[in-house]
Amino acid sequence: MAEPAVNTTKQITDEGLVKGASKLTPEKIEQVINSVIKAETGARLKTYVDICVHCGLCSEACHFYLSHDNDPKFSPAGKVKQTIWEILNKKGKVDAEFIKRASEIASTECNLCRRCAMYCPFGIDIAYLLITMRRICHKLGVTPQYIQDTAHSHSATMNQMWVKDDEWIDCLMWQEDEARGEIPNIRIPIEKEGAEIYYSVIGPEPKFRAQLIYQAAVIMHAAGVDWTMPATPGWDNSDMCMFTGDFEMMARLKKVHYESASRLKVKKIVMGECGHAFRSVYDVGNRALGWKMPPIPMVHAIEFYYELIKDGKIKIAKKYQKPVTFHDPCNTVRGRGLHEMGRFVTNATCEKLIEMHPNREHNYCCSAGGGVINCGPPYKMTRVDGNRIKAEQLFAAKAKGAKTIIAPCHNCHGGLEDIVHHYGLDMDIKFLGDIIYETMEKPE
Amino acid sequence: MHDIYNFVSGPLVWVSFVLFIGGCIYRLISMAALAKKKDPVVYDYMNLRYALRSIFHWIIPFRSENMKRHPVFTIVTFAFHICLILVPLFLFAHIILIKESWNISWWFLSDSTADVMTLIVVGSCIYFLVRRIVQPEVKFLTSPSDYLILAIVAAPFITGFWTYHQFAGHKVMGIIHILSGEIMLVAIPFTRLSHMIFFAFTRGYMGSEFGAIRHVKDW
Repeated sequence: MAEPAVNTTKQITDEGLVKGASKLTPEKIEQVINSVIKAETGARLKTYVDICVHCGLCSEACHFYLSHDNDPKFSPAGKVKQTIWEILNKKGKVDAEFIKRASEIASTECNLCRRCAMYCPFGIDIAYLLITMRRICHKLGVTPQYIQDTAHSHSATMNQMWVKDDEWIDCLMWQEDEARGEIPNIRIPIEKEGAEIYYSVIGPEPKFRAQLIYQAAVIMHAAGVDWTMPATPGWDNSDMCMFTGDFEMMARLKKVHYESASRLKVKKIVMGECGHAFRSVYDVGNRALGWKMPPIPMVHAIEFYYELIKDGKIKIAKKYQKPVTFHDPCNTVRGRGLHEMGRFVTNATCEKLIEMHPNREHNYCCSAGGGVINCGPPYKMTRVDGNRIKAEQLFAAKAKGAKTIIAPCHNCHGGLEDIVHHYGLDMDIKFLGDIIYETMEKPE
Repeated sequence: MHDIYNFVSGPLVWVSFVLFIGGCIYRLISMAALAKKKDPVVYDYMNLRYALRSIFHWIIPFRSENMKRHPVFTIVTFAFHICLILVPLFLFAHIILIKESWNISWWFLSDSTADVMTLIVVGSCIYFLVRRIVQPEVKFLTSPSDYLILAIVAAPFITGFWTYHQFAGHKVMGIIHILSGEIMLVAIPFTRLSHMIFFAFTRGYMGSEFGAIRHVKDW
């Protein structure tokens, strides 16, 4: 996923922000801000803003703050001060330049990783405050261009990567064909009604990580799982609209996802190793549609692999030899507490696990999540420079012998790859699926 | 002077208590109604068990990761809040006043203990003030109102200490003491001091989201 960084200085030009801001008038800004605040926010925003005592204790939770030598502009509350507090204080009377900068702060200098929520003594949900800022920027049409393009793809195709319907089916058949070279009777069952498991992935898998679908098929086949994938839109569980603030589109995406699963009458949805998609399907998208919890039982791949290995459905032939370290994605730890299951799978498949510190629910974010990597090349160095602390954390794990980073999340992969390259870490990055595929007993 | 004393220690006390209690009830009810109307998610996801789990973890010193990272701040804030609440409620001089008025009384702190606790409150306020001026991440967030709130909190304790020890001008200071206590009470529901009434709810909601939905701890 590595893209060339186009700009390493502080001054970043983003067409989406520049063009969007050029169309704004003070009246429009004021009207949109106040309509969002009035119509869409309530007790939470009010309480959070009313009770914050400006103590600064959230600061050290943020990798941006730590990586910028404790620059207060990057502290969680510091970012809220430069965005939400300001628009509330001024009652929406801010200029286009302010909105441009606020969009940049909320969309590219915060990963919505929710680590700060665990550091605020009052339990203020700072990520909620910044997503509210993104929502306002979305309604003002001032969003970074790359992620907006992704959101457009979602609107037009119901997947993130402009994958056409026939290309999706073609990709599944191609991967089935490839896998048959290894296991002659393997299938990728498409549109199998009544299957136990509906397997969904994110758009980038068919687009440029198609081997992951192959690997998943081998794991499913070896474990004897009754599974299927849909031939219709809904196969992509990802959701950049959740991160641009386009909540209407977010709800449509999740609706299509759940509907394709219910049309196939499956018992359970299993998602590939993606963090943000899990957040969208398990926590946010369902709420937007009015379901307290997902309407169909759904699990992240970490939990699925955990069950397969625990139940003996997958046997490990030879453990992965290189010492590994485990990176907990924010959306699977702070979003679902899957840290111990991830370690169970890692220990079952790898010779040696060396912990990075902090870890589990306190792990530092990869700085790619929350849609930041999707804001594209203009912001590559924003997130790489903004996560020096991650490099330091990984260097410490490497010093103890870790050679491979396991990261069960697509965004984390992209983010960590850039960090590994930029800081010269020279470590491999793998999905749990990569490791299982490599180490498992495969049927003939 | 007597007239002013009678006024601040008579009608104004009633006014301040009515505004304090009434204000707290008003804030709670209006916020609950607003949540019902605009954030029903709060009711749907609030979970008593996990709310209490989170609250308990955060009202016990050094139970959270962040408290362990800031040992001095943790000790100061806990000492500050404990003294801030206990001193006014269990001060001998306050209890005497209530006994004279209504002939009811309860357990009280010894004067020397209350003295030390008062100094802890004042010392903590100085610590918060210095922290606000010196630490960049706190300074960046600070607005003039933060100093005002700090002054509102510190004033009753400084003036109370002054009055008790009968330093120069203690009669005037006594009046200022009562007045500043009244200002603080009234400020609680209507300023950032309202974290006193909302803490349990924001903490409980975050605890519920993390505990019941995300199956993970939030400390």
